[in-house]
Amino acid sequence: MRAFEAFHLAIQTIRAQKLKSGFSLLGVFVGVSSLIGSCSIANGVNRYMTEKFAQTIFGVNTFQLRRRPIFTPNVPDSVWRAWQRRPRIRFSDADAVEAGLSVPVITAWQSSDNVTVSFGNKEARDIELTTASERYFDIKNLRIATGRAFTGEENRSGTPVAVLGEAVAKRLFTDRPPIGRNVRIGGIPYRVIGVVEHQGSLMGFPLDRFVVVPALSPAQNLVNPPGIVDAFLVKANSEGEMREAMAEAEGIMRSRRHLRPQQDNNFVLDTSEGVQRFWAGISRIIMIVMPGIVIVSLVIGGIVIMNIMLMAVAERTREIGLRKSLGARRRDVLQQFLAESTAIATVGAAFGIVAGIGLTVLINALSPLPASISPSSVIAGVIMGAGVGVVAGVYPATRAARLDPITALRQE
Amino acid sequence: MSTVQQFRTGDTPLPDVIILTHKLTREYDMGSELVRALRGVSVQIRQNEYVAVMGPSGSGKSTLMNLVGCLDTPTSGEYWLNGQKVSDLADDELARIRNKEIGFVFQTFNLLPRADALHNVELPLIYAGISAHQRRERAAQALQRVGLGDRMDHRPNELSGGQRQRVAIARALVNEPSILLADEPTGNLDSTTSTEIMGVFAELHRQGQTVVMVTHEHDIAANAARVITLHDGLVATDQRQAA
Repeated sequence: MRAFEAFHLAIQTIRAQKLKSGFSLLGVFVGVSSLIGSCSIANGVNRYMTEKFAQTIFGVNTFQLRRRPIFTPNVPDSVWRAWQRRPRIRFSDADAVEAGLSVPVITAWQSSDNVTVSFGNKEARDIELTTASERYFDIKNLRIATGRAFTGEENRSGTPVAVLGEAVAKRLFTDRPPIGRNVRIGGIPYRVIGVVEHQGSLMGFPLDRFVVVPALSPAQNLVNPPGIVDAFLVKANSEGEMREAMAEAEGIMRSRRHLRPQQDNNFVLDTSEGVQRFWAGISRIIMIVMPGIVIVSLVIGGIVIMNIMLMAVAERTREIGLRKSLGARRRDVLQQFLAESTAIATVGAAFGIVAGIGLTVLINALSPLPASISPSSVIAGVIMGAGVGVVAGVYPATRAARLDPITALRQE
Repeated sequence: MSTVQQFRTGDTPLPDVIILTHKLTREYDMGSELVRALRGVSVQIRQNEYVAVMGPSGSGKSTLMNLVGCLDTPTSGEYWLNGQKVSDLADDELARIRNKEIGFVFQTFNLLPRADALHNVELPLIYAGISAHQRRERAAQALQRVGLGDRMDHRPNELSGGQRQRVAIARALVNEPSILLADEPTGNLDSTTSTEIMGVFAELHRQGQTVVMVTHEHDIAANAARVITLHDGLVATDQRQAA
């Protein structure tokens, strides 16, 4: 009997016993859909982290000179206190680093804190105020939707002009044009000169609730003491040049801070790598926990299929006897039942794949998690589903194949 | 009718002897005791014979039936089927012999309930490895031969008892076997239908089919040209009779 016949027969049997087959493919269904669902989340988060998150926070080929890392998960208090004791980064540090770098870079100062922005009697609270120099927009790849960014001249002269995030503009001006209007940032009057393009959200955090003003304008006092920045942003043309610039910046800072060779840096040169490492860790955890769920449901699915198949063998003993009397060899009977269990599992896996993809779409639509289908998980799902079917079918099929035709035929 | 060959171990049966058993025994080890179901049965059946095997229950006729049907292997002795010694064949070879040489007709029909008549008849051809197109053609021919050409797409539960047995006969015939082996073929049928089925058997016999039928009913056995009676695992009588 050809494999095709066996599968044809299997499909016929499954169609004849829809309910029973439905139950038996449930385990594989859950296994495969959870496999694909969780892979999609891990994969999506991964891609998001490497492609978008890191770029949004840091920018491409960009490092930040800071007192402490920007992303600090699970840091012990002692380390935190040590960071707090470090000297802060000053404008003069930034200038010295910029002057000392040999590779072509663009740079910007950046300091941030949360403030309230108001227009007339309208208020937007908890807005991230960033005081920055003019290249900040280029480094962060913030495109201006209407109006313009501020200029270097405006920065140096401390002109009170502001570029709003989209959400802030909407909140304060609804549909009216915001350009040229006077707003108050933490009580200080500013003139709106531009609105940044819609940025969307990042892991559920809105990215449009900000306002950017020149670093030397009056609002700097709301964020940092005079002459102090949170970060000095340096963007190179390539990763290699960024590494070079980082090495140079480290040397410049160490000499400025008079650090002896055996002393650690009391500043950091932070890149998106740190964030990516952190998320790689998380996705590794997902990848460790997820197979557990998948394996448990596949094992349960396998056991269910095995039981259903054992029942089928018991129920169809006469049929097996008949088939053997008509010339079915052990191999034919084995093949028939293996094909049946494999078909059940594969159908379960197919439904699981559809559900997994549906789940991914749903996660994307309803949650901030950026799920994205990983093709390898779909392939793994098919292989694992069919594999479960084969493994679960071996024992029942062997029993069926070993049945003695005489006793099998006599069975009531 | 030619004389019966005096068969000895090491001989080969004459060409027209379809079934030859030589001192066939079958013992079952039931743990505490050894049941000797067959104690040396030597029978020769020629091509196109119509033989009924009779005997009270426990006489060994079912055991002989299973051996002749290649569903079982003897403890000792020889069994030749269509010129081939099958008594010492392995499991899968026996399956091939059953598929090619033997057409079974059972008391309880043994049709697949979910399959239509045509598919039921196709079954042996599937295991013979015949292509789907040819299978359908040959199964349809076999059904026409037993007068069910217009019932091919009916399922067993849409057919009468007699029709079901006809489907089973068509299935038995579809591989053009050397012998049609019927086990109480009328056991589940009323007397009118039994007569009808016996008519089918008689017609097949007339067309040249070798028929071996196990029955305990004398009036059914009366349809055969030869009646072999078993008693206590041995051939008690072996008589030819006018059909």
